[in-house]
Amino acid sequence: MVNLCQAWAEAWMVQHPKVNVAVTGGGSGAGLAALISGTCDLAASSRTMSQKEIALARAHGQEPQEWKVALDGIAVVVHPSNSVRQLTIEQLAHLFSGKIRNWKELGGEHAQVVLLSREVNSGTHVYFKEHVLSAIKDNGPAEFAPEALLLPSSQAIADEAASNSAAVGYYGMGYLNPKNAAVAIAKTPADPYISPTEETVRSGAYPISRPLLFYSRSAPHGAIKAFLDFVMSPEGQEIIRTVDFVPVR
Amino acid sequence: MWQRWRERFIEKTIAASGMFSIIVVILIFLFLLKEGLALFRTVPMTDFLGGDRWYPISEPPRFGVLPLILGSCVVTLGAIVLAVPVSIASALFISEIAAGWAKDALKTGIELLAAIPSVVLGFLGMAVLAPWIKYLFQLPTGLTALTGSIILALMAMPTIVSITEDALAAVPRGYREAALALGATRWQMMSRVLLPAARPGILAAVMLGIGRVIGETMAVMMVTGNAAVIPRSVLQPVRTMTATIAAEMGEAVRGSDHYFALFAIGIVLFAISFLLNAAADLFLHQERH
Repeated sequence: MVNLCQAWAEAWMVQHPKVNVAVTGGGSGAGLAALISGTCDLAASSRTMSQKEIALARAHGQEPQEWKVALDGIAVVVHPSNSVRQLTIEQLAHLFSGKIRNWKELGGEHAQVVLLSREVNSGTHVYFKEHVLSAIKDNGPAEFAPEALLLPSSQAIADEAASNSAAVGYYGMGYLNPKNAAVAIAKTPADPYISPTEETVRSGAYPISRPLLFYSRSAPHGAIKAFLDFVMSPEGQEIIRTVDFVPVR
Repeated sequence: MWQRWRERFIEKTIAASGMFSIIVVILIFLFLLKEGLALFRTVPMTDFLGGDRWYPISEPPRFGVLPLILGSCVVTLGAIVLAVPVSIASALFISEIAAGWAKDALKTGIELLAAIPSVVLGFLGMAVLAPWIKYLFQLPTGLTALTGSIILALMAMPTIVSITEDALAAVPRGYREAALALGATRWQMMSRVLLPAARPGILAAVMLGIGRVIGETMAVMMVTGNAAVIPRSVLQPVRTMTATIAAEMGEAVRGSDHYFALFAIGIVLFAISFLLNAAADLFLHQERH
C-alpha cells in the first residue's frame, strides 16, 4: 500500500507544487499509532482501526474518520495445466500449512504440491496468514509449511507458477496473467466458488479481499481534504490500477 | 624545519589511513554485537542456535536459526566441491601449459567472470539453470541448494583460480627443472611436485573462495527457494543466512526481537567469515616461511 500512497502523492504534488506530501512505510499499526500521536495527518491502513486504537484516539480528543480508498484482492494461482481450479478457504489453509501434500488429495494429478509464498516482509504474506491459514485452529496458530518456497517478489511467484505444473502461490490480483490460472475460492463448501475479478472484489463476493483505508484525526480540511478528494477522483482511482489494486469507484 | 613538519604530517596521514579500515571493522563488529546480543535478553541462546523453526513474525515468534546455518553450509559446501577441482585444473593449465596468447585470453576471461554482477548470475540461474535441474532430476521444483551451489561456484572460481595461479607461479623454477631432469613426465611434475609445493597458497585460495561464497546474497536468494527447512539433500530448497537478512531487514521493526535476531544472524556470519579469513591468512603465512 506504500507504493499506492507514493503514486498518489507524486501525482498530486505535480498539481500542488507548494504542498509536500511525505509517505512513510512500516505497516498499518505504525501508521495508526503515528496518527494518534499526531506525527502524521493521514494514516493508510489495510485493516480497520481496533477498539483500543479508537478509544486511545478519543482520549486524545480526536474523532477519527475512515475512508475506503481502494480494494485489494489476493489471487491464488496454479499452473494452467493443473485441473484443480476450485478450493475452499479451509482447503487452502490445509494446503499452505503443509497438511495436504499431494494434488491427488484435492482431485488433481499425482504430484507433490510446491508451495510458493512471499517473504515475511510482505503485507500479502501477513494477510494470507491471518485470514486464510487461521481457518484451521486445531493446535496453536497456523503457520506456513516450512517447506514453502519464500520468493522475493510477486513477479517471482508468477514466473514459478507459470513454469511449474505442481506449484500453487498467491499474489495481489494485479499480477494475474495468461500463464497463471486463478483458482476460484469459496468460504465454505456450501458457498459458491468465486473467481477474483474487479467486480467480485468490489462487490465483496470474493473471499480473500480487503479494503485499503485512510484515517484522519478529525474532519479533514485544507490540503488534507484536497488530497483525499484527489484520491477519490476518477484520476486518483485510475492510479490504483497502475499499482495493481482495485478502485472502489 | 618546515620539511620535517611536512614529512611528519604525511607520515601521520598515511598511518591514519592504514588504521581507518581496522577501526571501521571494529566499530561494525561492536555495532553487530550491541544489536545482536539484545536478542538473548528474551530468547535463550540454545533456542536461537539449536531451534529448527524460523517463524519471525508469528505469535509467539520462533527464532530457530539452525536451518539457516545448515542451508548456508550446504550451499557453500556444494559450491566449493564444484569449484575447487575445476579452478585448480584451470590454474594449472594457465600457469604451466597454456602458451602466450592463450594464457592472456584465459586470464582475461576469468577476470571477466568475476565482473558479472551477481544479480545477473542469479537471473540466469532462475531462468535457465533451475528449469534444467528440475527436468534433469525430475524434481517438484528447480529452486534447490544445488542450483545455488552451481551459481556460487561460478562466483568463487575467479578468486580461487587467480590465487592458485599466483601460488603456482611462486614455486621456484628449479623445482620444475629438477623434476623433469629426473625423468618425471609433465603430469607427474605437476601433481607430485608443483601442487604439494604450492599447497598453502591453494588452501588459502579455497578459504577465500569459501568466504566469497558464504557472504553472497542476491543470487542465492533468487535461486535457492528460501524454504527454512533443515536440508536433507542438495536437491531440496534451502534458506541461507544472508538471504534471510536481506529479505527481512526492510520490514523488521527497529528494536523488535525480529530486528535483533537478524543482527544475531549477522554475528554468526561475521564469526564464520572471520574464522575463514584467519585460516587463509595462516596458510599464506606458512607459505612465506
